[in-house]
Amino acid sequence: MTDAFEIAKSTLLEPAALGEAELGRVLDQMLGQGVDAADCYFEASRLESWVLEDGIIKEGAHSIDRGAGLRVVSGEKTGFAYTDDIDLNALLEAGRTARSIVRSGAEGRVAVGNRARGHKLYAPINPLETLGDAEKIDFLRTLDAEARRQDPRVNQVICSLVAAHDMMLVVNSDGALAADVRPLVRCNVSVIVEQGERREQGSSGGGARQELSFFLDKERGLGYAREAVRQALVNLEAVDAPAGTMPVVLGPGWPGVLLHEAVGHGLEGDFNRKGTSAFSGRLGEKVASSVCTVVDDGTLEGRRGSLNIDDEGTPTRRNVLIEKGVLKGYLQDRLNARLMGVAATGNGRRESYAHLPMPRMTNTFMLPGDSDPQEIIASVDRGLYAVNFGGGQVDITSGKFVFSASEAYLIENGRITRPVKGATLIGNGPEVMTQVSMVGNDLELDGGVGTCGKDGQSVPVGVGQPTLKVDQLTVGGTGV
Amino acid sequence: MQDPEQIKQRQARLEQMVADLLSEARSQGASAAEAGVSSDAGLSVDVRMGEVETIEHTRDNGLGVTVYFGQRKGTASTSDFSLDAIRETVRAACKIARYTNEDPASGLADAELMAKDWPDLDLHHPWAVNPDQAVELALRCEAAARAVDPRITNSDGASFNSQESLQVYGNSHGFVGGYPSSRHSLSCAVVGAQDGAMQRDYWYSSDRLPERLDSPEAVGRRAGERTVARLGARRLSTREAPVLFEPEMAVNLLRCLVGAVRGSALYRRSSFLLDHLGQRIFPDFVRISEDPLQPRGIGSTPFDGEGVATKPRDLVAEGVLQGYVLSSYSARKLGMQTTGNAGGVHNLKIQSGDKGFDDLVKAMGTGLVVTEMMGQGINIVTGDYSRGAAGYWVENGEIQYPVEEITVAGNLRDIFMGLQAVGCDTNRPGNIRTGSWLIDRLTIAGE
Repeated sequence: MTDAFEIAKSTLLEPAALGEAELGRVLDQMLGQGVDAADCYFEASRLESWVLEDGIIKEGAHSIDRGAGLRVVSGEKTGFAYTDDIDLNALLEAGRTARSIVRSGAEGRVAVGNRARGHKLYAPINPLETLGDAEKIDFLRTLDAEARRQDPRVNQVICSLVAAHDMMLVVNSDGALAADVRPLVRCNVSVIVEQGERREQGSSGGGARQELSFFLDKERGLGYAREAVRQALVNLEAVDAPAGTMPVVLGPGWPGVLLHEAVGHGLEGDFNRKGTSAFSGRLGEKVASSVCTVVDDGTLEGRRGSLNIDDEGTPTRRNVLIEKGVLKGYLQDRLNARLMGVAATGNGRRESYAHLPMPRMTNTFMLPGDSDPQEIIASVDRGLYAVNFGGGQVDITSGKFVFSASEAYLIENGRITRPVKGATLIGNGPEVMTQVSMVGNDLELDGGVGTCGKDGQSVPVGVGQPTLKVDQLTVGGTGV
Repeated sequence: MQDPEQIKQRQARLEQMVADLLSEARSQGASAAEAGVSSDAGLSVDVRMGEVETIEHTRDNGLGVTVYFGQRKGTASTSDFSLDAIRETVRAACKIARYTNEDPASGLADAELMAKDWPDLDLHHPWAVNPDQAVELALRCEAAARAVDPRITNSDGASFNSQESLQVYGNSHGFVGGYPSSRHSLSCAVVGAQDGAMQRDYWYSSDRLPERLDSPEAVGRRAGERTVARLGARRLSTREAPVLFEPEMAVNLLRCLVGAVRGSALYRRSSFLLDHLGQRIFPDFVRISEDPLQPRGIGSTPFDGEGVATKPRDLVAEGVLQGYVLSSYSARKLGMQTTGNAGGVHNLKIQSGDKGFDDLVKAMGTGLVVTEMMGQGINIVTGDYSRGAAGYWVENGEIQYPVEEITVAGNLRDIFMGLQAVGCDTNRPGNIRTGSWLIDRLTIAGE
């Protein structure tokens, strides 16, 4: 079978003899007076991971999870229950529980049948089976050897390979059915290097909605091993990072985590409907300098943050968040879109059937500008050039956000001079974007490593940006 | 929410599943195996602006098995409790073990370390609350928060959560153990506005016993007061200064300690406290201990994730590191004995001093009180520490004004040695408990 819908249906519904009539019955009893919408989300996922450490394949793990989540929405109220039994009786019971937020006893009538179409951004494959187990092991061994070959100071190497196969099918009270099969692979190499008493770490990896051979193509996996060692060796030479407010040049690609924290979360529909975001009520206003255009695009082929449809069955889109500095739109799921009187934007996502959907990012990035990256660095007298980051965090309400550099350099007199230790950068989302004065012509997306957390739910995302210069940002080093 | 007899029956069922998993592993050729099964159920309610927002009924099952073929191992897990799933899960674990390598440190914890005749730690106190009552509690909580001050203009809502959990672990030494537990919480977050700038803060209460939770009004009031106290926050110029970490923030510093003395960080040589056993890492007065057997404790457990009997001990005494946080695996890697910490620490507590929060503010004289931290910014390999922060600026021993958009940075080695005092304002029940920490000096980056 090559059709995602048929694969999902045959895995999720057919073993339990659930047809359109049965799904209709489940939804009928979830409806009634005061109910605006209801849906039922079926999911089956498999995950396999392998870890090489100390030169041996130390661990392997396999997990299977399946179940269904049932949701009833009435105004701003949501009732939710889930079951890990996919059968009609369990669904009817969970549906009744979810419906207990509304009191009336009436039933609705849902004719299930119309099938929503999504994109074809990735093949409906099971990535666990795209490489033999022995080949997976051999691959990790080559990464280990490659990392150790780079430098005698490499002391510890940990390599991991993860493949996930996620099948979902959602049916809602409009009678619409939608399904997707989502492969996701991830590989990572982390190393410890030692020189005398000093130890440093480096880490690199990537991922995609692809077969595992993605990591063999173009020596991607070997590249992670080389990159992890390079970063660790750079950090061996790092001096204390500066402390204070200064110009900061951010490298292309993964530093786009800036946009995810400073802008993206603040534009999620739920916070804006509630008026608790620093960006609330600012649609149409200038919130960034004119060189900034930021989009969230779930339709990029094969990318970690991409989806053919979101978890409510809405096809993903390219949504312009900020255009030439002006705030253009929010990210919406169906609930918040309805309450705000706008269209859903394909951003309704959930960690699993056991979690409620909410507005989430997909791949968030800034479009390229005109500047040559070298010119951007040359324009700084004294500042920081940060090229690799750990995670970040944002306080939606005050707009304050942080992100932590793991590889950074001092810029002195327009030239990159010395590496500095990791430091946290802190700023104010709506303000920092007005401080972006130069945008490079070198847009890159990250290597496929991002995971975003919100309300305890994790989903895979992507970020990206060209090299860019923020005129004033606070760098949390120790060098006063 | 079930009566004791039903709980016993459910526990017996889970024990039977563990036995089935272990015997299936044996029949598929494993030389040793261990298995864990858990079953949780709960109710979670969110309200916002005086209205119900979500009512969520949670019910999570999970089983996991690790099989050993000599020194090779494989792990598999599922949420499906059917007999077929058990068989398939064991098969998946065995298949993985065909490809993993001999690891001399791998295997079950030693048989003689298994817990026996453990006490009932009184961890199960279910709350027979229905959704309407839960909504009522959350509404009272939010109303109290919003009533604190007219500058509280918006709300992120209040939440009620009550969970019951049943866990059973067993291994092929013949060990099998399990117990039910409960946890309840109330939390609230509100938004205040002043001069066009918004601030949000929150508070919560969490306990194994419903009757030991703070009242909804107390939780809400505290959330409201914390939010209002942040209004009008300013930035600081870059400087060095003493820093007082509120108990909730000091918990994070204790977590850094645990992260640095954890077996996996040590055998990977990725800790700034490598080879520090028996060495001074804090000033003399510091004592940090673990009490896994404390009745009703949030972190209490009679045996760890490998069935090893837990016992009270000092992690740090008179400022000197007394032990590591080890599982049997990391212990073997280090040539040591497990400390019963497979799965983490159990009820870690630092001995408090005699000064309360206000006294410590006075003692600090001039400096920063940290009430919130943001981001990762912690490098356990080097001890380098740099985090986003918000709090209050203190002069003349008194809080002057709220501050935000600053960072605090230093090295954890210096931060630990620079600990001047631990307050007697110990935080609410949790797995890690401490009073406020006064640190002699950190770098504050700001304007």
